[in-house]
Amino acid sequence: MLERFGSRQSMLTLVVLAGALLLTGCAENSATFMAPQGAIAAAQKAHLIRVTAITMIAVFPVLILVPWMLWRYRYKNPKARYAPDWDFSGPLDLVMWGVPLIIIVVLSFQLWSATKTLDPYRPIDPTEGEMRVHVIGLDWKWLFVYPDLGIATVGEVAFPANEPVVFEMTSDSVMQSFAIGALAGQIYVMPGMTTALHVEADQTGTFVGKNMQFSGKGFAEQKFNAKAMSPVDFDAWVAQVRQEGRILDAASYAVLAEPSTKEQAQKALDVPQRPGGVIYFNAIPSDLLSSVRGRYTSGKPVDAMQQPGSPTYQTRGTP
Amino acid sequence: MTALLDWGWPLGVFTLEQLPFVRAYNNPTTSELIGAGAASLVVLGGLAVLVILTWFGWWRPLWRNWLTSTDHKRIGIMYIVLSLVMLSRGVIEGALMRTQQATGLNSGFLTPDHFSQLFSTHGTIMIFFVAMPFVAGLINYVMPLQIGARDMSFPVMNQISLGLTAVGAVLVMISLVLGQFSTGGWTAYPPYTGKVFSPGVGPDYWIWSVAIAGIGSTLTGINFAVTIYKERAPGMHLFRMPLFTWTALCAAILLIFALPPLTVSTLMLALDRYLGFHFFTNDLGGNLMNYANLFWLFGHPEVYLLVLPAFGVFSEVIATYSGKRLYGYASLVYATMAISVLSFTVWLHHFFTMGQGANVNIAFGIATMVIAIPTGVKVYDWMATMFRGRIRFSVPMVYATGFLILFVIGGLSGVILANPTIDYQVHNSVFLVAHFHNVLIPGVLYGMLAGYHYWFPKAFGFRLSEGWGYVTATLWIFGFAFTFFPLYVAGLLGMPRRSVSFSDPSFQPLMLIAVFGAVLIMGALAALVVQLFVSIRNRKVLAVPLGDPWNGRTLEWATSSPPPEYNFAIIPTVTSRDMFALDKARGTAFEASQNYKDIVLPKNTAIGMIVSIGGTGLGLALVWQIWWLALVCVTGMLIALIGDTFRKDVHRVIPAADVAREHKEWLKKIADAKPVNRLEEATPHNTGFAAQEDAQ
Repeated sequence: MLERFGSRQSMLTLVVLAGALLLTGCAENSATFMAPQGAIAAAQKAHLIRVTAITMIAVFPVLILVPWMLWRYRYKNPKARYAPDWDFSGPLDLVMWGVPLIIIVVLSFQLWSATKTLDPYRPIDPTEGEMRVHVIGLDWKWLFVYPDLGIATVGEVAFPANEPVVFEMTSDSVMQSFAIGALAGQIYVMPGMTTALHVEADQTGTFVGKNMQFSGKGFAEQKFNAKAMSPVDFDAWVAQVRQEGRILDAASYAVLAEPSTKEQAQKALDVPQRPGGVIYFNAIPSDLLSSVRGRYTSGKPVDAMQQPGSPTYQTRGTP
Repeated sequence: MTALLDWGWPLGVFTLEQLPFVRAYNNPTTSELIGAGAASLVVLGGLAVLVILTWFGWWRPLWRNWLTSTDHKRIGIMYIVLSLVMLSRGVIEGALMRTQQATGLNSGFLTPDHFSQLFSTHGTIMIFFVAMPFVAGLINYVMPLQIGARDMSFPVMNQISLGLTAVGAVLVMISLVLGQFSTGGWTAYPPYTGKVFSPGVGPDYWIWSVAIAGIGSTLTGINFAVTIYKERAPGMHLFRMPLFTWTALCAAILLIFALPPLTVSTLMLALDRYLGFHFFTNDLGGNLMNYANLFWLFGHPEVYLLVLPAFGVFSEVIATYSGKRLYGYASLVYATMAISVLSFTVWLHHFFTMGQGANVNIAFGIATMVIAIPTGVKVYDWMATMFRGRIRFSVPMVYATGFLILFVIGGLSGVILANPTIDYQVHNSVFLVAHFHNVLIPGVLYGMLAGYHYWFPKAFGFRLSEGWGYVTATLWIFGFAFTFFPLYVAGLLGMPRRSVSFSDPSFQPLMLIAVFGAVLIMGALAALVVQLFVSIRNRKVLAVPLGDPWNGRTLEWATSSPPPEYNFAIIPTVTSRDMFALDKARGTAFEASQNYKDIVLPKNTAIGMIVSIGGTGLGLALVWQIWWLALVCVTGMLIALIGDTFRKDVHRVIPAADVAREHKEWLKKIADAKPVNRLEEATPHNTGFAAQEDAQ
């Protein structure tokens, strides 16, 4: 029954979403789950359409009946019945409470199962190994560290398509929100804490990633390219990073940690000036994520001059 | 900490560079010039008010009749005036942000700092100094009349509440001229708003304006609740109260329970900033998640305390203009109460993405969707009220129609957002911005404007121009749709909220449609002002002194317009719902009494103004760390408040003879008047004496 309703109403939904879809078209640089490039984003889109369709059962009558009643029961219509004292009907009340109740019960089950299966902490396939990427949120750039490959990047994160990836994240500044719309949703990235997002791209491509949580002047420019590559291309990319990168040491980290966009950081560091402020590092400190996070949970104060993102930050702090 | 001990410079941390004029002179960019222009507007506007008051000699009447008045009706009007003044600033800021984003493909004309101040003040102003005072003002004016009371339970506290709310608004206005406002958004999430990341005075302006106004709102809630519990006319059982009063009661309960978490969280943030505490800092055990929880523990009930009274307005408006009893009164009451209770169980949906486990998100997601049930029931109840009615499509009905159609779309996007799975994608995007504007503009604002149009003749004795009313309402409705529907699409496409610029060209056409909508909304604001101006000019033609221009159903229409300061010559006795409609049907609505009594009313007092001025001084002193001034203001207010309790001569008596004379004069006018039928409602024939409809 509900399936049937769903399919009929989803036509309407499609009309509503058509604008969105048209505008994304077949853009290669997908920034949205409306043009999903991974199973999670596709499931999120499907869930959106399903919820919209089911809820329309309750919404649609209002859109139709309100204008109709305004016309039918207009003051000057002599044909319409006038029942000024009619103020209750048991069966009608049952429908009024019952229909929304049933819709919400159905939606609740959907919400439950979708939230469980699409939990960002849940590995895509628990039997399979995952590539680990550590993400450190800085003002106003993301630092991607590959702990198993010994490389790091800014402004660009690459991974093989059709293989699960886990992003483990912390912030070395204020709260931020890490999102790759085409693959999965967002999750907050917070100082002193670690959050995680498991993703997998269905195909190769470049997707826009960004920070969704306002974090200051350069917030709007805190974007990056997420590149899903074929295994061969990925290996070549890793080799390129190793070859062209520089070392990520305390001094270069301190430059990254300053409040600046990735383009500004690229200028401040002595590195090749790649488009989009992309920076490669070929040597990384061991377990950078833990040391960044641990600085806030150590029980020692972090004053303004040592706090990345603070306007008074001095580039001499060490990670 | 060092500033605490620094008494050398008498103006705390204030320096001349804090003046926007100086900044614009030093660095004449578009952003700084706009800042200086806005500051000049505040200064010139303030001066203009002073000059006008002096020129026309209005200082004395302003002081006597308004600023020192304890009359709930005048306090209510002052709340709404405050709200409309702040609305104009909020709308202009919104339009400025739309313009920035319309030109925001890789650039725009505002600096990021200026843009973030705009969204911070816009949100703070619209919630705390437009929506809250409008709701408080409308309840203040209407509720005591609806329950047949002479005044609020605590008239002096009512005046103090208004004073404290005004302090918050004044501080936000002053921040345009002295220093800069916060850039941390209306929610002021730490650690961004902490001292380490925002060392300037911006967040302090936010903290003190919200904290001081918040205390006023808590007091208002107590006052409303006690008034409704204790001051109802004889026979006005709870289940005979008009629905607007029910929603006022729910709003009062929400105010009492929801405002303390806000006050606590702002003061904790203040302790972090001023005294080096570590509630929400990155280090030493601070945790921003505690702030998010506390803030939204306030923030979610807040939106219901705003929207429930708007629901109350629509309940009155739809019943009145459909010429019918409200359908499903009990259902509506239960639904309203259910929403009030449930509103405390959903705050976590504001941060599904904070990294907690799936089970927590599921619980709060389902709780959020459950609210859709009573809300949906309300919408259906209003539709059933229109069913088999005789609907006059007057201005408040235009708002009601816009509300019903648009609000269910806002409800739909609310149900969508209640799903953590989808929220992971569209949270923090302009989809969210579109959603909450979709419930706040058609929900709260249309409700308030419908109420403004509906009760204006009650308050001032003349109707508002219908023609300009239609223009205003239409512009609000289409302005909203053009501004915010494109944002739904842009949000689905992944545009983050609070972006000063963007690089994805697919957002641009949407932003251009949105800025067109913003132009319509600016037009709506202008039309609202014109409507008021035109109506005042034509007040003789629009006069409805007899008090019942819309064939109303509830007690507020059973007295003259404007009502005497004591509201009712004889406190009505209530035997049913819609008491005035029943009285009119039985022909007993306008009867003289044999038994007029002396009426005791509270005397005027200046305590509200003292608290208001002292509070503003205190707020400024705290923002600029001028400790001697803070001490002076606190001491002054304490002395005044304690001193006021020693006042013995607090009442004045209106003799029974005066009451009888005024009442009989009004009754005589009604006896002489020709009843006006509903077709003539919007014509000069309408003097506020309604002919009875015959049922078919």
